[in-house]
Amino acid sequence: MGQVVLKGINKFYESVHAVKDVNLQIRDKEFVVFVGPSGCGKTTTLRMIAGLEAISSGDISIDGNVINALAPMDRDIAMVFQNYALYPHMSVYDNMAFGLKMRKFERPEIEKRVREAADILGIGELLKRKPRQLSGGQRQRVALGRAIVRHPRVFLFDEPLSNLDAKLRVQMRVELKKLHLRLGTTAIYVTHDQVEAMTLGDRVVVMKEGVVQQVGEPLELYNQPANKFVAGFIGSPAMNFAAVTVTEADGSLIAENSGLRIKLPDEIAQRLRGHIGREVILGVRPEDLTVVGSADLDHPCFDAVIEVVEQLGSEILLDMKVGESIMVASVEPTARVRVADKLRVAMRRSRLHVFDAQTEAAI
Amino acid sequence: MIEGAIWRKWVFFYVPMALFLLFLLFPFYWMVITSVRPDGELYRPWNSINYNPFWTWKPTWDHVRYLFEETLFASWLWNTTFIALASTAISLVCGVFAGYALSRLNFPFAGSLGSAIFITYLVPQTLLFIPLAEIIRNYRLGDTPWSLILTYPTFLIPFCTWLMMGYFKAVPRELEECARIDGASRWQAMLYIVIPVAIPGILSAGIFAFTLSWNEFIYALVFLSSPAQKTVSVGVTSELIRGDVFYWGPLMAGALLGSIPVAIAYSFFVEHYVAGLTGSVKG
Amino acid sequence: MAISAVSATTLREAPPPRRQRLLEDERWLAFVLLVPTIVLLGMFIAYPFIRGILLSVTNSRVGMPGDFVGLANFYKIFNDGIFRTSVYNTFVYTGVTTVFKLALGLWLAMLLNRNFRGKAFTRAFILLPFIIPTVLSTFAWKWMFDPTFSVLNWLLYHFGLITGRINWLGDPDLAMISIIIVNIWRGVPFFAISLLAGLQTISPELNEAAAIDGAKPWQRFWHITWPLLLPVTMVVVLFSVIQTFADFQIVYVMTGGGPANATHLFATYAYQIGIGTGLLSEGAAISLAMFPVLFLVVIIQLLYIRRVEVR
Repeated sequence: MGQVVLKGINKFYESVHAVKDVNLQIRDKEFVVFVGPSGCGKTTTLRMIAGLEAISSGDISIDGNVINALAPMDRDIAMVFQNYALYPHMSVYDNMAFGLKMRKFERPEIEKRVREAADILGIGELLKRKPRQLSGGQRQRVALGRAIVRHPRVFLFDEPLSNLDAKLRVQMRVELKKLHLRLGTTAIYVTHDQVEAMTLGDRVVVMKEGVVQQVGEPLELYNQPANKFVAGFIGSPAMNFAAVTVTEADGSLIAENSGLRIKLPDEIAQRLRGHIGREVILGVRPEDLTVVGSADLDHPCFDAVIEVVEQLGSEILLDMKVGESIMVASVEPTARVRVADKLRVAMRRSRLHVFDAQTEAAI
Repeated sequence: MIEGAIWRKWVFFYVPMALFLLFLLFPFYWMVITSVRPDGELYRPWNSINYNPFWTWKPTWDHVRYLFEETLFASWLWNTTFIALASTAISLVCGVFAGYALSRLNFPFAGSLGSAIFITYLVPQTLLFIPLAEIIRNYRLGDTPWSLILTYPTFLIPFCTWLMMGYFKAVPRELEECARIDGASRWQAMLYIVIPVAIPGILSAGIFAFTLSWNEFIYALVFLSSPAQKTVSVGVTSELIRGDVFYWGPLMAGALLGSIPVAIAYSFFVEHYVAGLTGSVKG
Repeated sequence: MAISAVSATTLREAPPPRRQRLLEDERWLAFVLLVPTIVLLGMFIAYPFIRGILLSVTNSRVGMPGDFVGLANFYKIFNDGIFRTSVYNTFVYTGVTTVFKLALGLWLAMLLNRNFRGKAFTRAFILLPFIIPTVLSTFAWKWMFDPTFSVLNWLLYHFGLITGRINWLGDPDLAMISIIIVNIWRGVPFFAISLLAGLQTISPELNEAAAIDGAKPWQRFWHITWPLLLPVTMVVVLFSVIQTFADFQIVYVMTGGGPANATHLFATYAYQIGIGTGLLSEGAAISLAMFPVLFLVVIIQLLYIRRVEVR
């Protein structure tokens, strides 16, 4: 079992309130990813679960037992660190066996478990080597192996892939996912990379400045971001935002600013009834913008001038000037576009997001 | 052009280097040559004719034999070795523990305690030897090796602590955290992970502490009185000079033999010694 | 498959034995780790320091407790001609040797910083004066300065520089010079090796860039090497100043403070009075008189190290 519950967790460093009232229930076998910019409190939260940082207030429990006062060694968890933290003076075998030796396992059992883990990770050949004789990817595997031989209740991962080069990172990401499916151990994973969060997590926790912004399945975060921060953080390239004023004309709602004036589709208009005359933030993802020949009656449209064309092969990113602001659109690789072209751009109506200008919460 | 370069290299490199080496190493050559030279050759006035001071054709072991047969030189050597090893061991244990605590643990007054230890590092032995002599006498430690084994750590521990702090700071924190999550207590994580990783530092601190205690003079001079208890430095100073008469042959032989153990220890660990030396000023 | 076995045993493992839980608390662990050090340093540094102060305001002699006499000992030594000479000597000794050690040490470090065959070997040998017991190597110097059998006189005579003998240790000024030479000899390796370590942390690219910018070797030294080396230099100099200021061994062996008490330093004079003649309290006062200067240097050093750490 590995059910982790965080109840009202706070962390203060002297005057800094690093983690603010975090509540979360992590189910057994679940893969939960904490994501957010650096300094958002995600690593601190993980370290509190590990017992490496004291909890200022709140309770952490595993399988119903509060573990606040337990030393890390008594929590029955395993952790993989960003820099792998392999013991440099021990062979790969001894690195993996260390946790079992500390727990006074019998030698044959240690041997069996290390071999098993080594086979799963394909590092059976490396057991006699020292960490400095390994490549980055191999070290990563050893660090994983050291965690899985223990059969802990919970795995903790602290940005384990960020020291790998881009290609290896993608490969290890897939392997991690497979490993989790195979072992089924509860995993809590911290990263600043939203792609990792989206691909690995059963659920994703987005944090900012010590506060949980949203908890949900990856697609939920993508499709229904709870606020402007989540909307901007999840998805790449990031969502476009435009501050607009809502006005009423001919019974329908119009959003406008210096560069665009669009008629809001009905389903959004309904939600914005209370905001007439006020400013809101309109959000649209680059992939929900399309270049259209002339006026498109179905979707809201605006005029733009291309400033930069970024050819990515699979798509083209257009940095466009819209009034005073810049918007990015992702278009088909076959599109014929050039810098300084004037375009008419349509927003897919069902994919428009609106946020309150003050609270930044989704409306 | 190339001619010019060679000329420059001689003037700016080879010649100064040679002069430095001559200046720094000549006294040792002089020690060696004196200790194997018969007395008849030694005591010739500097301006006597046909006198070549730099070489001898009649090397002799007389001085060395004199040292071992007529003096307690062997005991001095043994005393010095024992005292140096024991005080180094004590200082290493204390220094490693203190260095670990000061560099890795959070506790009240850590900063001021660290500064206090650093200040004791700078306290020279000559500041306190008189009250210490009294204290040693009161503890009835006078004229025993323990008077030195217990007092040498006062200048060795701060040094070892200071050096080890530097080494411990360089050990990634995650190693220890990982060990603690793996099931080690703080104590075990220190013992099995952090200390083994810092072994180069411990070697440096150890070799440096050993040479420092081997070389210590004033405490040994003041605290020890009976000839059988003396260390090499003190024994050579006090027992090979009778009044105004210097027995230069045995003196130089004693100086040479008293230097050889440190020189050997040093030669095995030159790199560690240099790391200790430079670490001692950098921290 | 192997994995099913793995998952099956996941459930319960024996809970770890209850080990010394107290030591899991950082504060207790730190306390336990620091106790031996604090006890030893307290007993043999802090306590003697206090004893020294108490001793210096009494009139104790060896085996006699003595009475409180206030600052009489200090009053006495400040009116003592030999003490004044020792103070003067100590400052001259420290100042002159430090300048020479720094200059020669830096020069030697720059020489050693080049690539040449036998570099490691040379470096190892150069440290010998520093690691060999000072008392023993000083005897070699004393023998070289011997009034009758001096090899230095022999050399100077054969190079035609002198005609009569030089009584190195018999003349007050020459004796001081001799002592200074020995101290420089002993200290240069320490300076050279420490500064060499500092030099090696300066990226050669900086000097190359400066050379490309048209800086001459001397300008490169002055504008690149020296400023970057300054932090190490400061620390090395301060260390050396403390050691030299409190030096004992070289003078004790070379002259014993003579001729006619002309070459005493604080420490040798304190020894002569406190141990030699048994006037414990006066000796303690003499060595404590070093304290203000040492304290000042230590404070400078602490402040300097703090500043470097903050940067």
